[in-house]
Order: sequence, then C-alpha cells, then structure tokens
Amino acid sequence: MIGILLPSLVDGLLLGFVYGLAAMGLSLIWGVMNVINLSHGPIIAMGMFGVYLLFSQIGMNPYLALIVVALAGLLAGVLIYAVAVHRVINAPHLSTLLATFSVNMILIGVGTAIFTVTPYNVDFSLGSVSLGPLQLLGTRLAAAVIACLVTGLLYLFLARTRQGKHIRAVANNRVAAELMGIPSARALALSFGLGTMLAAIAGGLIATFFPFTVLSGGGYELRSFVIVVLGGLGNPLGALFGGLILGTLEGVIPVFMETTWVPVLEFVLFVLLILLRPSGLLARRV
Amino acid sequence: MNWFRRPGFWLPLILVGLIGILPVLTGSAATREVVFTILLSIVLASSLNLLLGYTGYVSFGHIVFYGLGGYVGFYLISSRGQPLWLAMIAGGLVPAIAAFLLGRAILRLRGAYFALATIGINEAARAFIRNFDPFGGPVGMQLNFQVYTDYGGAAQALWTTYFLALGLALAVLLASYYMKSSKFGLGLMAIRENEDAAEVMGVVTPSAKTWAYVLSAVFPGIMGVLFFFKNGNILPGDAFRLHFSIEMIVMVMLGGSGTVLGPLLGAAAYQRLRGTLLVTPVFRNVQLVVAGAMLLLIVLFIPQGVVGWLRERVPWLRKVLE
Repeated sequence: MIGILLPSLVDGLLLGFVYGLAAMGLSLIWGVMNVINLSHGPIIAMGMFGVYLLFSQIGMNPYLALIVVALAGLLAGVLIYAVAVHRVINAPHLSTLLATFSVNMILIGVGTAIFTVTPYNVDFSLGSVSLGPLQLLGTRLAAAVIACLVTGLLYLFLARTRQGKHIRAVANNRVAAELMGIPSARALALSFGLGTMLAAIAGGLIATFFPFTVLSGGGYELRSFVIVVLGGLGNPLGALFGGLILGTLEGVIPVFMETTWVPVLEFVLFVLLILLRPSGLLARRV
Repeated sequence: MNWFRRPGFWLPLILVGLIGILPVLTGSAATREVVFTILLSIVLASSLNLLLGYTGYVSFGHIVFYGLGGYVGFYLISSRGQPLWLAMIAGGLVPAIAAFLLGRAILRLRGAYFALATIGINEAARAFIRNFDPFGGPVGMQLNFQVYTDYGGAAQALWTTYFLALGLALAVLLASYYMKSSKFGLGLMAIRENEDAAEVMGVVTPSAKTWAYVLSAVFPGIMGVLFFFKNGNILPGDAFRLHFSIEMIVMVMLGGSGTVLGPLLGAAAYQRLRGTLLVTPVFRNVQLVVAGAMLLLIVLFIPQGVVGWLRERVPWLRKVLE
C-alpha cells in the first residue's frame, strides 16, 4: 500500500506547487481589487502555447521561454485591465464577472480559430531523479522549484519595492491610498498584470509535463477557484497551501477509487467550503 | 381586467406568438428548428432573469437545472417507458426540489461567493452524472426510435414538442410579468437593490430568494425534457455545458435584465446573430469572439440592456415596455 501511496503523494505534492502558483494569481487580483478574474483559464492556456511556440518554432529552452511568457502575461494583464476592467471596477460584482468572462470568450475564440482544439505537447524531458524508492520526473521537480522561486520573488516585490508597497496600500484601502498620493489606477493595473503573469507562468510549467489544448485552461481555472477558497480568497500564500492540499488529493484519491470521481469530490469539497468556511481553512474564526 | 391597456403584458406574448406561428404558416421543418432554438433560448433567458434580473443574484451554473430536468425526463421515457407528459412534470419537479434544497444553502452567500458556488455546483453535477451508471455515465443515453410511434411517428412528435415549447415560452413570460407586478416581485427587487434594507422593511429574504430560485429552476427543467426528447440522445457534456449558462446571461444582459421583454428580445437577437455568424465563412471560426466582444461592449457601455436603455431615453416607452 505504502509503495503505491508514496509516489502518488509526492507526485501530487509537486503538482500542487504549480496549481498553487496559478491560484495565487487569482487570489492576488481578488485581494487587491475584489474582482474574480474569469479570464484566468485562457491566460493559463496562453502560457502553455507560448512555451510551446517558442520551444517548437525557435527551439528555445522551455525555462528560458518561461521568462518571455511571464513578460507577455504581465503585459496582457495590464491590457485586459485597461480595456475591460478599469471602467467597471466600482460597479457591482456582476459587471466585473461578465467583463472578465467576455475576455475569456474572446481569447478562447481566437485560440480555437488558430490552434483548433487538438492536443499539443512540449516534447521536452529532464530525465528523472531517483530518491530511494521514489522516481521523480525532472520536469515536475523543476516546476515545483520554479513555483517556489516565483512565490518568493512575488513576496519580495510586494514587501520591499515601492510599487509593491503601493499595491498593498491600495489593497488595504483604495480611497486612503489615493489621498496619500498613490496612483491607484497604476497599482491596480500592475496587480492585475502580476496576477495574469502568475497564471501564464503556471501554464508554461504545466505544458512541460502534460499535453494540453486551447480549452484545458478551463480545468485549471476551476481548480484555481477550489484552491483559492481552500486558502482563503485574497490570501496569496494561502493559495500555495491550498494548491498543495488539492495536488495531494489529486495524487491520493485515484489510489482508492476511479480517477473520474476526482472532480466530483473536488467540487463537492469546494461548495462545502464556500458554505462553511468562506474565508478559507487558514483564517481565524471570527 | 383591462389588460389591453397594458402593452407591457400583451406585447411579449404577441411577439412570441408571431414568432411561433411562423413555422406553422410555412410548414417548413427548417424554420421550425430555427424557431425551436429561439424558443429554447427565450425560456432559458427569461427564467434566469427571474433570479438574475429581479433578485440580483448571478448564477453562472443555471444550466444545471436544464441538464437535471433533461436527464430525469429522458431516464423516465427511455428506461421506464413513461409518457412525455409525466416526464415533463418530473423534469420540472426534480429541479424545483433540487433548487429548494440548494437555495436554502447557497443563497446565504452574496455577490461573488454565490457566483463561484454556482460554478462549483455545475461542475460537480456534470462530473457526478459522468460517473452515475443508471444515467449512462460518460456515454449518456439514447432513445429507442420506437418511442416516437406513440406520438404519431417521429415527424409528428417533433411538431408536438415544438408546440409544447411554444406553450412553455408563453408560460414563462406570463410568470415573468406577474412576478414583476406582484408584491413578491417587489420584494425581490428590493433585495436586488439592497438586501439589508429589504430585510429591515419586512421582506422575508431567505424564503423570497429561495422561491425565486425554485421558480427559475422549473422552466429550464421542463425545457430540458423537451429538448432531449426531440434530440433523441443525451450526453453529460451537452446537458451541463457551462458555456450555455453564460450565453443565457449574455441574452439577458443584451435585452435588459429585470424586464419582461428584455430576455425575449435578447434571446431572439442573440440566436439570430449566432445563426448568421455560423453560416458566414469569415465569422464561423470566430463567433465566440464576436459574442465576447458584444458582451464586453454591453457591460461597459449599456449595462441596463436594450430595453432598459430605451426606457431611460424615451419616456413614453416606459408605459409600453415592461
């Protein structure tokens, strides 16, 4: 039993770091501007295809391509914010939900027109590492390390730089921040861009070990929702923690029952969590 | 009853009647299929409007009731050999009960949390049906062609479902109108504007919200039975397509949420547009892009929809358009 359980546990845990990274983007955007970004999925897919194109067309190393993809994700986020979100940022939730969803539709539409819905994969391998009884795929290990690295950098950015401090101030109290002379529109656009950047990086990392289509971002977006609720909406570090829980569940559940039951359990857990602990598992009871 | 003095009441009904009579006049099956799709959209959009437009709760997974009703009805017809009318009743009742139980739990959530929960429920339902063997699991179910002989052959059965769908569309609009002009509806609109204030003013918000949710679940359920009976097979992916939920929201927003006429116009316009885009070679691949861009423009610039916008701009229309 342990012989089967341990490898799937570790596999799931490694995957969890990447899930957590994607969810962190969602959580950051929610935390700063109370917007649920429904265009998260296509951005993840964009990250996947970005790495794929750079790798297969130019032959760039996938991890080098990740830097390009991250920058593109940042720009795309700022653009989406300027076009679709800024005008409705103070409107009721329905407006921002629908605005970001329309961006989702546009991106998916363009994506399917270019790439159709056939699966792609990045044909890249880092071999595998043996650790006692465990065989770890190199790409997964690298993805987990990069996910931790990006998380660390994000925290340094938010804590140490002026721009990061602006973002935190705006998240705390937008009106007060504006009175202190902080350009809130710029901070909001930047944090939206950072959120999509995290999604794009996560997508690029997933592409190095899973096949993907234009539509597969949707599945990861839904997982991100589950994770964000697990860790508490608007709490980026909680998202990493939630990602680890979800990854572990995804690794361990198939040992006990058929894989097709995984989404059923995930979403039941999700709805229960929203109902019982909407502020997340980590939050203190109020 | 001086109903003729209230155009807001008869205008939507006459419009649907006019659209509905079209295939009967031409007798063409192609027109009937087009109009059937429009009627389907009208039913779905108007029932979503009961929740989204009147109560102000955004459900991103409203299609779950359509899928659930469709599955229950289909199961009764194909595996239990029950007649269509019984399937329709069950297909309306089961989603209503589901909505009642779900509503008790998730309607306590507000704003974005409610929207997220409805997405979760839709995904959970689809994943569950995929694994539920009595309903055929991932491959769904097929109707035996013999079933249609009870309804005078396949061709006649298609006309029967068509007229039932027409009747259902009229029923939704009636419900929509009476709900809007009733005290119950006023309570819902108070909730939409400010839930805490509504509660203070004496609206029993938990029960009002739940009944709005139940009402908005019944009609999609029955419509699901009709559609999948006509279709002849049912698949988890077809019945619980998250995308369809969003299209419903687009239709409601396009026409004007919180109005009786809006969802009707929005549904008809959206389906016509989609049909045109699908047959135009340039747009066939990018119809999703066009729909998305349209939604974005509406949300950004006319969030009150066409009917709401007209009511705002042309004062005398306020008496005509409800």
